[in-house]
Amino acid sequence: MAPILMSGNEAIARGAWEAGVAVGVGYPGTPSTEVLENLVGYESVLCEWAPNEKVAAEVAGGVSFGGRRALVTMKHVGLNVAADPLFTQAYTGVTGGLVYLVADDPGMHSSQNEQDTRNLAAAAHVPVFEPSDSQEALEFMREAFTVSERFDVPVIVRMTTRVSHAKSLVDVGERSEVPPVPYAKNTQKYVMMPGMARLRRVDLDARLATLTEYARECPANRVEMRDPSLGIVTSGISYQYVREALPEASILKLGFTHPLSDDLILDFTSRVERVAVAEELGPYLSLRLQVLGVEQVETGLPAIGELSPVTIGRAFGSVVPPVRATIPDLPPRPPLLCPGCPHRGVFHALGKMHAVVTGDIGCYTLAALAPLKAMDSCVCMGASIGMSHGAALAGVDSGPVVAVIGDSTFAHSGMTGLLHMAYSRSAGTVVVLDNRTTAMTGHQGNPVSGVAIGGGAAPAVDLEALARALGAGAVRTVDPHDLAATLEVLKEEAAADHLSVVIAKAPCALITRDHKDPYAVDEEACTKCGACVRLGCPAISRDENGRAVIDTSLCVGCAQCVQVCRFDAIVQVGPSCDFGGAS
Amino acid sequence: MSVTTVVLAGVGGQGTILAGDVLAKVAVAEGHDVKLSEVHGMAQRGGSVDTVVRFGETVHSPVVDPGVADHLIAFELIEAARSLRFLRPGGRLVVNRRLVAPLPVLIGDLPEPGDLEPALAAEGAIFLDAEALACEAGSPRSANIVLLGAASYGLPFAAETWRRIIAERVPPKTVEGNLRAFQLGSEACAEGVCEL
Repeated sequence: MAPILMSGNEAIARGAWEAGVAVGVGYPGTPSTEVLENLVGYESVLCEWAPNEKVAAEVAGGVSFGGRRALVTMKHVGLNVAADPLFTQAYTGVTGGLVYLVADDPGMHSSQNEQDTRNLAAAAHVPVFEPSDSQEALEFMREAFTVSERFDVPVIVRMTTRVSHAKSLVDVGERSEVPPVPYAKNTQKYVMMPGMARLRRVDLDARLATLTEYARECPANRVEMRDPSLGIVTSGISYQYVREALPEASILKLGFTHPLSDDLILDFTSRVERVAVAEELGPYLSLRLQVLGVEQVETGLPAIGELSPVTIGRAFGSVVPPVRATIPDLPPRPPLLCPGCPHRGVFHALGKMHAVVTGDIGCYTLAALAPLKAMDSCVCMGASIGMSHGAALAGVDSGPVVAVIGDSTFAHSGMTGLLHMAYSRSAGTVVVLDNRTTAMTGHQGNPVSGVAIGGGAAPAVDLEALARALGAGAVRTVDPHDLAATLEVLKEEAAADHLSVVIAKAPCALITRDHKDPYAVDEEACTKCGACVRLGCPAISRDENGRAVIDTSLCVGCAQCVQVCRFDAIVQVGPSCDFGGAS
Repeated sequence: MSVTTVVLAGVGGQGTILAGDVLAKVAVAEGHDVKLSEVHGMAQRGGSVDTVVRFGETVHSPVVDPGVADHLIAFELIEAARSLRFLRPGGRLVVNRRLVAPLPVLIGDLPEPGDLEPALAAEGAIFLDAEALACEAGSPRSANIVLLGAASYGLPFAAETWRRIIAERVPPKTVEGNLRAFQLGSEACAEGVCEL
């Protein structure tokens, strides 16, 4: 079979399938999301989106406990959520192979922080594979399942954005069916009460020692001897950059980066004259070399953000390619809420209320940017709710404090925060932006939307009943496209002396088929007041005279702008073929 | 050093990802090693998006540094100007003559960038109006394929390979329109309709 062009994430899915994985489970998060979206397309694998990474890791742990191979997927911050099961699964070990796919995001293309999962893996005492292209993603995934079962331990395969989302050629193989291990009760292994856990802690150390021996011979680690005057220790995508920037350098290419084999490192460093480490984030590999007393070239490579061939070449004195003069004063192009996005209606109202908005993770975080500027915090999944309660405890009174959270994020880790607010007699206000999907990561189903991973129907939770059960004193559902009603309900609930949940319910503009005819601006009636422009809809701009113009090829007829126009200057028109381009 | 680097620069939603995918598959079909890099997630919501395709005998890095790209195919004028830093001196620059004003400009926070065409022309840009040609091809959404057609004139691949991969990659109902779009983009440059 000819090699196939695959993204790293597609290759991970293929590798897991070839390894005979029985179950794939995870929570969507860029850059990891496409792994499960691809795995679900293979036969003989059951895939599920879990409400959060902790649940996913526990489901996968249960599959392993039950004797089958399981893959659990998440982005780097998801591993923080799943760290609780992981740290103890390291003690229990596995029955069926258990592999964590964790995708880091150096440079924060789509994340709130940078984390190096190798550090968390070392803290959890679990092994790590680090592919540097799609072929390795497939091969390392297969090997990870073997290692998991051979050494009785969960294994992390660590990707980064460039490995997950870059496409390269892959030779694929066939699926190896792995027979299930019949269930056998083993409380010494699986019930982690202190008496048993102390024994498993000692056993984990022994398993790590044998893994260190494995690291010496692991096929994922290799020495490439070229010019012995410079030896680079590297892993992951940095390896590719080193190969391009320094084609003559000798390389210790580490595909298995926890535990490290000191013998392998010292053997390599003794064969080259100068030693340097090239790694993104970290310092991880370089710290180990430091512990081993290996003198390293001071490269000045940054521990923040991504590396590149030129960054690495420059650190070793290569000529930097000449660059053209830049064209000055280019306006930035921040991402923005889509035309017809239902979130816009809620943030328009919160802006009018001068609310202090504790926000959360999702498309709606874009409301923090101009022109809406209607969000005051965004920290992690679910943080909006606890933070709104805390801000109220602190006495913030510059405006009503309102938590805003998406439907999927609420299911992920908002429910416990709301339960706490009820328990603590909070009179706060929580808005759930129920757009019927997990939009930011590409429209995955979730327990609120009632859509399963393959796109089929799934049971949907009754969000109103759930909010009441968690202790909300009032639960009201509004259509966020109805600006007046949304503002009225939010004002009433923010002023009320009970805990309120307002559900702003309307489907994401990218999934609904219920688009109406576009609107246009009546030039005569437009007074150039700019009220519609301040909604921040990409379909609305100003012409050279300052009048509002609607790009009818982008407008989906949500009519929010019609409601803010006090001069009835926005009228519905039929569809047209206007691209707004210079002709 | 026999690696060719192509950058496709545009705005989220303009179809740069599909165009990059077609280009990468054409290079694979013609026997090259290929790497393609793109960024998913938040940037796709109407932000600037770059897709990088690199092909040759052996390709290591999937990403591009400033001053390295051999071709820049810009789907929009501001993004052409922004991504110009990637294009090496002497590299080939194809620019769609379309301006999509970013939100800070639309809402009046920042001034219009002014006429970018002279500055781009000074950098050797070849201009075309991909949306107009796409409409002419009967497939208004195929501006990305028009731009591939324009770029194909400077890339070492057979027309037959382009046509086969486009037919495989686009939705079945749009194959004919997209093939016409590719042809019009390619002819626009071949016949010198594009300003050199």
